[in-house]
Formats: sequence, structure tokens, C-alpha cells
Amino acid sequence: MKYCENKSDESFTLKFKLAVLKALKGSDGDDYYDMIIEPNKTASAFLIELIRYRELFFFLAWRDILARYKQTVLGVAWSVLRPFCAMLVFTVIFGRLAKFPNEGVPYPVLVFSAMLPWQYFSNALQESSSSITSRSAMITKVYFPRIIMPTSTVIVSAVDFLISFALLAFLMLWYGFFPSSYIFFMPVFFILATISALGIGFWMSALTVKYRDFHHIVPFMVQFGLYISPVGFSSSVIPAQWRLLYSLNPMVGVIDGFRWCIQGEESPLYFPGLTASSLVSLALFWSGAKFFRRTERFFADFI
Amino acid sequence: MSSTVIKVESLGKKYNLTKKSSMAYGSLRASFAMCAKRAAQKIAHPFATRNSSESASSKDEFWALRDVNFSVEQGEKLGVVGHNGAGKSTLLKVLSRITEPTTGRVSIKGRVSSLLEVGTGFHYELTGRENIFLNGAILGMRQAEIKRNFDAIVEFSGVEQFLDMPIKYYSSGMTVRLAFAVAAFLSTEILIVDEVLAVGDAEFQKKCIGKMDEVNRKDGRTVLFVSHNMSAVASFCARGIMLKQGSVCETGNISYIVARYAGSGGNMGSSASFPAGMHGDDTVDLIDVRIEKESGQGAVDFAITEPIKISMKYRVKKENASLTPGVFLTNSSGTRVLLSTDAPFDSDGTKKAHSGVYIASCVVPGNFLNDGMYSIELWMTTMTQTVSHFYVPNALSFIVLDDMENTPTRGAYRGQFSGAVRPLLEWSSEKISSL
Repeated sequence: MKYCENKSDESFTLKFKLAVLKALKGSDGDDYYDMIIEPNKTASAFLIELIRYRELFFFLAWRDILARYKQTVLGVAWSVLRPFCAMLVFTVIFGRLAKFPNEGVPYPVLVFSAMLPWQYFSNALQESSSSITSRSAMITKVYFPRIIMPTSTVIVSAVDFLISFALLAFLMLWYGFFPSSYIFFMPVFFILATISALGIGFWMSALTVKYRDFHHIVPFMVQFGLYISPVGFSSSVIPAQWRLLYSLNPMVGVIDGFRWCIQGEESPLYFPGLTASSLVSLALFWSGAKFFRRTERFFADFI
Repeated sequence: MSSTVIKVESLGKKYNLTKKSSMAYGSLRASFAMCAKRAAQKIAHPFATRNSSESASSKDEFWALRDVNFSVEQGEKLGVVGHNGAGKSTLLKVLSRITEPTTGRVSIKGRVSSLLEVGTGFHYELTGRENIFLNGAILGMRQAEIKRNFDAIVEFSGVEQFLDMPIKYYSSGMTVRLAFAVAAFLSTEILIVDEVLAVGDAEFQKKCIGKMDEVNRKDGRTVLFVSHNMSAVASFCARGIMLKQGSVCETGNISYIVARYAGSGGNMGSSASFPAGMHGDDTVDLIDVRIEKESGQGAVDFAITEPIKISMKYRVKKENASLTPGVFLTNSSGTRVLLSTDAPFDSDGTKKAHSGVYIASCVVPGNFLNDGMYSIELWMTTMTQTVSHFYVPNALSFIVLDDMENTPTRGAYRGQFSGAVRPLLEWSSEKISSL
């Protein structure tokens, strides 16, 4: 368990500050060498590395976007088709058969406004989790900040998100439903979904390098998560005393947020729950990034 | 300010063999089992230090690199040689930041582009064109910088037709050509090339060495070159280090390093002796073999102009034996260059040897062999009866070096000479008529 043994005593924020200072100042006179390779050395905070390697970051993201539906017949239609079919199934099962409350919103819109962030989250999570192992050829041959891999794959899912957002707009038009003005808060919840996906993605991609078990765990998590997150139903069906506990699932806050943006006061925001979800997301993101940074040095040895 | 660009200090890299073998595709179960075992031990012996368990596992440790120290100056051409498993590839992996060292420190000035082993840092789903940009981006270059070198890369690698095809459809030769071109033309300060030239054909190898020489001379780029092809290393590099079992065992002038490398492969050196009965039969026994310079001094490295004297000492145990000693030379690509025997001086097979100890020697003239490594095979035969008394493959090796400066066969040309031999032939050219 070599991963556990490298305890860094400096805090992440301190390192980040130092790295920012160094990046702003440029190389100072007395450090003659550009790069020192030492055991247990974390180069610089990952945001700095992302900025320095932005060309690579955008290149990989752009290329993945192009390649995503390259050898497919339906092409981009896939990014619309999948959430659309899922929405149909959920509408029939939960809306028609189980007769869950629809909060005065057409049930397809209710489902789809949750399906959007969920699809985004699950795509981003799956892509970023396998991003390291699926590119072992590059990992073992060239150096670049490994964190670029899981991070850039999220961009691809974000593009998918935007495409299927158009479908949501179309659905609302179809049902003659006008979204609330809270829709301008949507980017906040989009970012929250990104942070959750990345946080778990960092954990999973780093763990998969050493333990291929996680390769099997991620699809399971995604499948399971679809049913325990309020995608097919509104989270108002959860008994009030369990609602805070339920909100520990980071996607609960995100999905509730999306519903609130679209339905407005019809689907009031449960603030304690949102706070809990956000805190869990941030904790996952922070710890995931830290774990990733600590273990990335061994990727080439274990992959 | 010093001009050192790479400084390696007490560098070590340890691999845990247990992890490699039973946990290579690490299963959680194995890890959990290990954690549980540790916990159980801790409960059973709460005050025991970790020493006992560590010493038990120490035999499963493998130090691929151990206490490696060297430095490289700006604009140097350093050759890294060593037998398989000596740690060359691990060293280059550490230098190019792919794997982290366990101990020590490496300081590098400038950007490093590297071409490691046979694989390349390509994304196999991407086209050749995209990969050129990808590799540039990996080296931290801007689009404009890459575009400047783009045409030169394509031209050098000769993959114009396939530029928009994913790399996964490329042949291995095409991939390596493109990889080399990318590494060589994207102007980083340091270029690391590991045994990749083995894949390309002879002509491309020459082209690569020529290009490496050019970037070194023109742009002052530092080049680290790893190869098992000693003549390539000897002709390209000026200085070398030799690795043995993860440590630097020799540093110095490249011809010295190459000679040490040639001399380190088992029974090699400037001489070898054999116990009675090891090579031979009831007629004759080989005693020893020796290679030496004109001066009589034993050596394994010879300038291309120097004659090489090979002598074998043998014991004849029968009277009136009809014996013909012979020598084969084989070059590093496995081509048999020559067989020479004493036969021309014994055409009718009547030269009889009486019992006693003999030395037979022959001299390979200077300006005859091409540069490179040669291995000597010794042979003793009775030609009239087609009997082979002994045949010793790989009896000794030596290397012929071309220092490029005082080589009459070379002229002003600085590239590699092809061919198994490079004799100094008599040439004449005369004008026979006007236009």
C-alpha cells in the first residue's frame, strides 16, 4: 500500500499559494535548473499545471469531442437519443404507472430536467474514470500532468449536455411550459455537477490504475445512482426527516437545483440539503485531486 | 554559470517484485488481505517495529537503478550503453519524468523530448497530423511553434500520404519514423533517443544519426543516445557512460566505453584461455586466444586504420597431424564477414604438425573492415578428412572505431558507411574525352 505512505505535511492551499507566487514571479535567478526530479515531489498545484498545459488540455478535449461519435451511424444524435429514451421509460413507469406527483409540471419535463444533469454527471464520471487506463500507451511514454486526462474528458460530456439541453428546450415548447427566471442560476448547478463528477472521477481513475476492480465498480455506481438519485421522481417524495441524509448524495443537490431553475417555486429549493450536497461534492473534489496528485507518480509503474 | 544541463545525483529506482507478480493487476482482495495481515500482526505484537516484515520482503525488491551519478554538459552527445537489464531504459524513463525515482535527485535545464523504447507517445486513435500537434502540446509548445516545424517533420518521416489516417493503421516503421521526426524537429533543448532505430531500415538509421548530429551541431542541443549498436554509438557520441546492474560502472571517452562494453560480455576481453579438454579432441586442444595491436599490446578497440592481430595457442597431442587453423569474423548484425584459414600455405595438406604447443596468428589489415563490433570464431580442421577438431563461437570480440578524422576511406563524408567491409581500394579516374 505505497499510496498510503506518502504523507505530505504541507497543506494543499499553502502549496497552491506558493505555486501561484512562483508562476507569477517566473524563475528566480538562483534556481538555474528548470526542473528538479525527486522522490515524493509534487510539481505544482494542478490548476497551475492545467494553465501551463492548456494547449494540450484543449487539444485533447477537442479531439475527444470530434472522435466521440466518429465511427457511428447516428453520430451526434446519440447524445440526444439516450436521455430521450430514458425519459420516455421514466415517464411511463413513474408518471403513468406509479403515479408519482408531478408538481404541476408535465412529467416528461420533470424527468428530463433531472435526466440532463444526471446524464452529464454519469458520462463525465465514466469517461474520466477510465481516462488513465484507456490511454496507457501515452502514460508510459511521455510526461504531462496526468490530471489533464480526467479533466479534459469532462469537456466532452459538457458538450453532450449542451446538445441535449436543446432537446429540453424543445420539450418545454412542445408542452407550452415556460421556465422560471431562476434558469439563470443553472450554471451554478452545472458547475456543482462538474465538481462532483470530477471529484469521483479523480478517485476512480487513480484507483483503477492499480486496482482494476474499480473498472467494474464505476458502471455499477452509475446504474445504481440513477435509481437512488431523484431522476425519475421529485425528491419531495422523500420523508422530511430523511431528506437531509438523502442529500448526502451530491447529485441530489444538483438535480433539485436543476428542477428549481426550470420549475421555480413549484419545486422549492431545500437549502440544508443543497448545502450538504455541495459540501460532499467539494470534499470529494478536494480529496480526489489530492489523492490523484499523490498517486500519479506511480501510474507508469502500475498501469 | 555552469553549462551543466542534466545533473543526476545518487539516483535510485526500486521496484517491488511482489507487487509486480501477484498484484500486477492489483486486486482489492490482495490489498485488503495485506492490510488485514498487518493489522493482525500489530495486534499480536503491538510494539514490534516494522523491521521484521521489511527484511522479509526485501528480497522481493529490485533496484533497477542504484546510486547513479553523472552529469551532462550543454551540447554534449552522450552515449548510454549497457547490457539488457542494466537499467538504461529505467534511467531514461526517470529523466523524461515518466516514472518517479525512489532516491536521489535529477536536475534538468531545458525541455526534454524523448523517444523511448519501441513504443511512442502517440495517441493511436489520432491521425498523424493530430499526433504531431499533440506531441508538441505535450512538450508545452504553442501552435505556432509546432506549425513552423510541421513541414520538416512530415518531409523527414515520409508519411505525407498517411497524414490524415489514424496512427493505429500505421506500420511500425512509419510510426517510429514519425516519432523520431517529432522528437528531433520539435526544438527542445534536450533530446533522448532510446534504441528506437532498431525498427527502421538501415537507410533510415543513417538518416536519424545524421539528423541527431545536425541538431547537435547546429542548434547546440544535448543528445542522450542509447543503443546496442556499438558502431552507431561510437560514431555518434563523444562521451559515454556504461551501466551495469543499475549503476554507472564506467564513464569516459566513447571509444573507451565501447571497448569496455565489448569486453564485459562474459568471456570477452583482449584474451581468453581455455582449460584443457574444453575445446578440442584427442588430436589437438585450444589453449588460449589473444587479439593485439601491431605493437603487441592486447586490445579490443582498434582504429579503422589499425591492423588487428589474432593469435591462438594450441597443443598438438599426436604426431604427424594435418591441421589447418582458421578464423571467422562475424559483425554485430550477424553477417559472416570472412573465414580465413592457414590453408593457402598448405594447399596439399602435407604440412604435418608434431606434438607440441603452437601459436598460429593472422593479421587483419587496417583499412579493411568497416567500423563496428566483430566476434571471432576459432576453428581447427583437418581439411583432407573434413574433420573439425574444435569450433569455438564467440571466442572473443573486438570493435573497429572510426574517429572520422584520420580515416582515408572516408573522405569528407560524415555519415555512416554501409557494407560489411570498407577496404581501401585503388581508384583512378581520368578524363578520356571532351564533351
